[in-house]
Formats: sequence, structure tokens, C-alpha cells
Amino acid sequence: MGDHHHGPAKGIGRWLFTTNHKDIGTMYLWFSFAMFIMGGFFAMVIRAELFQPGMQLVEPAFFNQMTTLHGLVMVFGAIMPSFVGLANWMIPMMIGAPDMALPRMNNWSFWILPPTFLLLASTLFMEGGAPAFGWTFYAPLSTTYAPPSVTFFIFSVHVLGLSSIMGSINIIATVMNMRAPGMTYMKMPLFVWTWLITAFLLVAVMPVLAGAVTMMLMDIHFGTSFFSAAGGGDPVLFQHVFWFFGHPEVYIIILPAFGVVSQIIPAFSRKPLFGYDSMVYATASIAFLSFIVWAHHMYTVGMPVAGELFFMYATMLIAVPTGVKVFNWISTMWRGSLSFETPMLFSLGFLVLFTIGGFTGLMLSIAPADFQYHDSYFVVAHFHYVMVAGAVFSMTAAVYYWLPKWCGKMYNEAMGKTHFWISFVGFNLAFFPQHFVGLAGMPRRIPDYALQFADFNMMSSIGAFIYGASQIMFLYNVIATIVSGKPTSEEKVWDGAEGLEWTIPTPAPYHTFETPPKIDSAHAHS
Amino acid sequence: MSNPTSTEYETYYVPEKSKMAVMATIGLILSIYGAASIMNDMTFGDPTEPTSSWSIFLCGLFFFLATLFVWFRMAIRENIAGMNSAQLKKSYVLGMYWFIFSEVMFFFAFFGALFYLRNLAGPWLAGEGDGGRMNGILWEGFEFSWPMMQTPQEAVGGAVVQPIANNGSFTSAETSMAFAEVSHWYHWLPMWNTFILLTSSFTCHVAHLGILDGNKKKFNLWLGITVALGIVFLFLQVAEYYEAYALFGLTLNSGVYGSTFFMLTGFHGFHVFMGMTMLAIQLVRSLRGQFTADDHFGFEASSWYWHFVDVVWVFLFLFVYIL
Repeated sequence: MGDHHHGPAKGIGRWLFTTNHKDIGTMYLWFSFAMFIMGGFFAMVIRAELFQPGMQLVEPAFFNQMTTLHGLVMVFGAIMPSFVGLANWMIPMMIGAPDMALPRMNNWSFWILPPTFLLLASTLFMEGGAPAFGWTFYAPLSTTYAPPSVTFFIFSVHVLGLSSIMGSINIIATVMNMRAPGMTYMKMPLFVWTWLITAFLLVAVMPVLAGAVTMMLMDIHFGTSFFSAAGGGDPVLFQHVFWFFGHPEVYIIILPAFGVVSQIIPAFSRKPLFGYDSMVYATASIAFLSFIVWAHHMYTVGMPVAGELFFMYATMLIAVPTGVKVFNWISTMWRGSLSFETPMLFSLGFLVLFTIGGFTGLMLSIAPADFQYHDSYFVVAHFHYVMVAGAVFSMTAAVYYWLPKWCGKMYNEAMGKTHFWISFVGFNLAFFPQHFVGLAGMPRRIPDYALQFADFNMMSSIGAFIYGASQIMFLYNVIATIVSGKPTSEEKVWDGAEGLEWTIPTPAPYHTFETPPKIDSAHAHS
Repeated sequence: MSNPTSTEYETYYVPEKSKMAVMATIGLILSIYGAASIMNDMTFGDPTEPTSSWSIFLCGLFFFLATLFVWFRMAIRENIAGMNSAQLKKSYVLGMYWFIFSEVMFFFAFFGALFYLRNLAGPWLAGEGDGGRMNGILWEGFEFSWPMMQTPQEAVGGAVVQPIANNGSFTSAETSMAFAEVSHWYHWLPMWNTFILLTSSFTCHVAHLGILDGNKKKFNLWLGITVALGIVFLFLQVAEYYEAYALFGLTLNSGVYGSTFFMLTGFHGFHVFMGMTMLAIQLVRSLRGQFTADDHFGFEASSWYWHFVDVVWVFLFLFVYIL
């Protein structure tokens, strides 16, 4: 056992060989930010090409590679690992555990990510180019008509799935087994709850994704016919298997975001979270429903009407628990003593914009209406309101909220607020007009478009550049904080914050809770 | 209020930093890079041009397996040295539960595909219902039955007439793996395999009862029988594949019947191989005296895995061979 009351090791070995949840969380966060920049760069290429109608900068084939890699990198490289990093940092501190349950495996689930994304990015330089079939990689585009690099893509997805499954098993084992005495399930902070449910979703659906890409692999190289009608298969089968993974996947992305804002809104309202129990049950209901709605992504492929109706009604049901959540966040603020520091601003931005994304989702859930919206820019606008204004905004809020606890220094508040407002304006400028061009009939995933969409697309591109540039300000603020921020040693950095992580010294020591804290009733969920 | 502590709760053991994760990563990435290159050489490459894909794959795989060996050995040694608290042991138990759950979901994907192809896509291709209009346009003459003994491609005249296929053509099997003749029932390998695997689950359980009693002789004997039954199963599975390819004309190219048959039984067979290897390692560990009546998690985890593989087979037998 030796003496584990030591600080971090020196040099690169600290990061390569670490078993410390805080080190691993830090690596996940930095890695995901690097991927965010990379995926963002791909997005900038897309928006630059779409700045004006006509072909400007890139070939259509390369444009397709950009949309594909943008989606893959953002979903699997930026958003998911960022929340895993947050889980690593915060869950042990929130439940009074010394570390994650399986620390060596924890390090492994991180370290297989960077080389896998290197492999995925290297497909750009392979013969035939990178995968160009969209992040949803529908067959037969991704099988019969795929470039050879698809094989590397398939194995990359396998390894990403392995990483996610190991990370999730670790989180489940940590939450189920490492809670301090007295930290009952219904006392856990909501971020822990949402992650427990997310981890369950990941363990349930990542293997299904592995199955989907394995069928692709066999179709491409070994002559099977899962997705080929000539052999009795069906390309639509791919869509069913993919979206059985894909729909829970979008909740995998958004549930931890729900958890984050459920921590932050009470802190800056100086009130306990309204309706804690209903928040837990709503999260669980969303997770359950996510398994029975997948085909709402495929209304137009020619499903029987009974199927369309089932998936339509099941999808609409999700609005109920989601509405419960939005209601609770608003009720938390009701008559609260509100203040608007950067984390709160991003959480409020999340609340408003995610709700817009939720409403457009409700529109898309209506099968007959979806025949009009399907594969249009309306869909692009919808899911960016959920992915960016939902997941990324809440992640940004989380960084501002917990950064002082992590490094014992305060970020520049004025710059943080500026970052928020520029992001908010840039984001809406980028994506709100896409609703209009989508409804007017502009299809997604094309490098050129009809003249009547020109103005809105130019606005969209300008907004995207603004949003992209504002992230540099974010990066600068974080680095400046770590290097030369104003030191703070207050345990409770935010006066309204509740939870175990605010009872330990600031900055958080390398090892926390080596002997578990005793949870009294005063510590019932934050 | 900072850090109230409770002394009745044991101090948790956070392991020292470890090189295992990085080593395993190097092995894993090399092996997937090699494996992908091998397949691309096969499908897209120039057969006359020599490549190093196999060397990369084998080096990576060896490195990966060696790392896993060292990693597991380290974990076992820690346990023998008494470093594992009851809490950590429970984390291992939870880890195994959820790992098996993820495996269940992996098979679920393939069973789901089988269900969809048999009950929905197949009849549609043959012209049933609203989805069936394609039959008259592309696959006229294709009739659906399961096992699918004629692919749509062959129904319209084969690869010459209908060349849309990834890899050559989708031929039709001559004979299916379904139960054929009552008079020759003993020739039907799946039945023997079912019998063997169910028996092995039973013997595995007897071995478990043995170690719980502290009866190591009983444990070793029944565990040995379990491993042997696993090997017999795999042997018969290979014989069945030989039969399929050489005698029945049933291959991976035989349309979705071949696809689902080989993928489901193949992944199951691979899992039997994994489970058998795990149990064999437990046998070696037992012979080295590493198990006691109250500390034998390595065996327990392997036995759960073995029972899981057995349950998957029951579903396979039902949905792939019988129904």
C-alpha cells in the first residue's frame, strides 16, 4: 500500500501513469477541449464554404468529409469526454469518495482516446479520403460506396465504445459502492444522479453501436449482406441498429448537462433545487423512453404507419419529463436571491436555448410534419440548439463554476461575462436563421445552395465565426486563471453553493476524503 | 464544517501509479491498426504488393495480451497480499456485472437484426404489405422463407444480372442448419452442443459448490470437466462450420441467412472460447492454491460469464436453429 499521502508525481509520468481521478479528469477536460477546437475548425470550413452560394473553397467530396468528421469529433471527442472528465473530477468529491472505484482502468479508458482520434483524423490523409458519409454513417454509403478508410473508422468506433463502456462501468461502480456513509441515493447531488443514469445508458447502447459497425465491417470485407437487399438484407436495418444506439446517445450527451445546471441554478438562486425527487424520476423516465423512440429519426424511410404512430406518440411523451425539469429549474429561481455570475449566465442561456431546441424537437416528432422538415437545415438548427446551447453551454458553465475549486484561483469575471454574451449572440446568429432556411427547404449536408438562402447563410456563417472566436477568449481566460488568477482559499467559493465538494479546502487537495466524511441530514442533496 | 471523519470506516486503497494503461493502449491501437490494414489489403489492396499489416497486428496483439497478463497478475498478487478491502472487492463484483450486461446488449444487437430481417425485411422484399412494392421493381420472383434458401439476387438471375453486392455475389445455400431428419437426429450437431453446454453450466455450478465447501479436489475435478466440455463444444462448432462450408454450401456469402447464422454462432463461439480460457486460468490458479472457500472471485466472475454464454446459446438454439 505504501504511503499514499503524497502529492502528484513529477514530470510526464504523472499524467501517463496516474491513477488519480483529478489528474484523469483534467486530462479528459483538456483532451475534449482540444477536440472541440479541432471539430470547431471543421465547422469553420463548412461555414466558410456556405458563406455564399456557389463553390468557394473546397471540393464537395472534402465538404462531406468535413461534415462527417465535425459530427464525429464533436460528439465522441468533445462533448462525451468533457462530461466524463467532469464526472471524474466531481463525482468522488460529491459523494465523499477518495477516488473512482477502479482507478487503473480509469486511466486506461482515457488513454485509448487520443491515439484513436489521431487514427480517425489520419483518415483525412488516406487514399480515397476520410469517411464522407455523415456522422450517422448510413449504409450503403458507409459500406458499398465507402472509401477504404472506413475500416479504420470502424475500428476507431470500436475502441471509443470500449473507452465509454469502461468509463461508465467505473462510474456505476463508484456511485453504487463508494458513497460515504449516510450518502443515500436520494441525497446524492443531481449531477451524480444524472451521470449514474447516463452511465447505464452508455453500457446499454455502446455495445449495440459496436454491433452496427461490426455488421458494416462484415458487409464490406467478408461478404455478408446485412445491409444489402441483394442478399435479403436491408439498408434500413442499419438505421434501426444505429438509432437504437443513437437516440439514447443524445440523452447520454444531455443528461449530464441537466445535472450541471441542476447544481448551478440553485447555487446562484440561493435556494435548494425545487422538486429534487421529481428531477430524479424525470431523468429516469427520459432514460427509459430513450429506448423506445429511436425510429423517429427515420420517419421518411417507409416504415408501416403503425410504426410511425408508435414512435411519434412515444417521442412526444418525452416532453413530459423534460417539461418537469424545465419547470423545476424555473421554480428554483422563483423568489430566489439571484445573482448573475458567468456560470449562472451560461446556465440561463442553456435553459432558454435548450428549451427552444426542445420545442423544435417536439415539432420534428410529429411524423406527418417531419416529412417536410426531414434532412433540412431545420434539423441542423434543432440539434445544435440541443448539443451546443444545451451540452456545450452547460459544460462551459461547469468549467467556470468549478474552476476556482480545481485550481484555487478565480477567473476574470468580466471576461467570463463577455465570453457569455459573445457566445450567446454568435450562437443564435449562427443557428436561428437555419430554422428559416430549413423550413424553406434547404437540405443539410450540401456545399452549395439555391440563391434565396444566401442572406440567412451569410448571417449563419458570421455567427459561427463569432461563436468560434469567442472560444479563444474562453481558452485564454482558463489559462490566465491557472497561471495568474487571483488566489482564493475559501472552501465555499460561491456563497450559495451546496454539496460536499465545497467542504474541502480550495484548491482541492490531490487526495480528498481518504477517510469518508459523515453525511448529516443538513447535507441532503445540494 | 470541513472533513468530519468516521473511524469505523476503513481507509480506501488508491493504487500507486501504473504503467499498465499506457502499455495496454499501445498494444490495442497497434492491433486495431494492423487488423484494419489487413482487411483493407484484402479488399482494396494489390495482392502482389507485400505489406507489413500482419506483423503490426501480431506485434500489437502480443503486446496487448502480454500487458493484460501482467495487469491481471498484478491484481491477483495484490489480492493475495491482502491489499484488497471488502469495498474494493465489491467494486470488482459490480464491474463484472455491468461488463456482462454490456455483452448482453452486444448480442441483443444481432438478435434484433435477426428478428428484423426474418419478420419484417424478408417479407417486404418478397412483396408483402406497403413496403413490398420493391419486389415488382427489383426482385421479381423472389419468395421469402426462413431459412432463406434463395437470395433475392439469385432469384432474379444471379450476380450477372444483379451486380449490386459488396463482395462478389450472394449465393444460395443448398442445405440449412435446421433440424432435418428424425431418423438421423443424432447427426444434428446443435443438439449435442446444447447438451454439452447445458451440462457444462451444471458442472461449473458443482465446482462452485465444491469451493464453497472448501473441497478443492471436488472443485478442480468439476472445473476441469467444465473446461473439457467447453473444448468439446468448440471442436463440434468447428466441425459444424466445416459441414456448412464444405457440404451445405452455407457461407458468409449466403445472403442474410448465412450472415446471421455465422455472426451469431461465431460471436457466441468466440465468447465460449473466452469463457473457456478464463475458466482454464482459474483451474491453473486453483492448482497453485490461490483459492479459498471465502475468496475465489476470479472463479466466480468466470463462472458468471460461463453461465451468461450458456444462456445466450439457449436463445441461439431457439432462434437460429429451431424456429
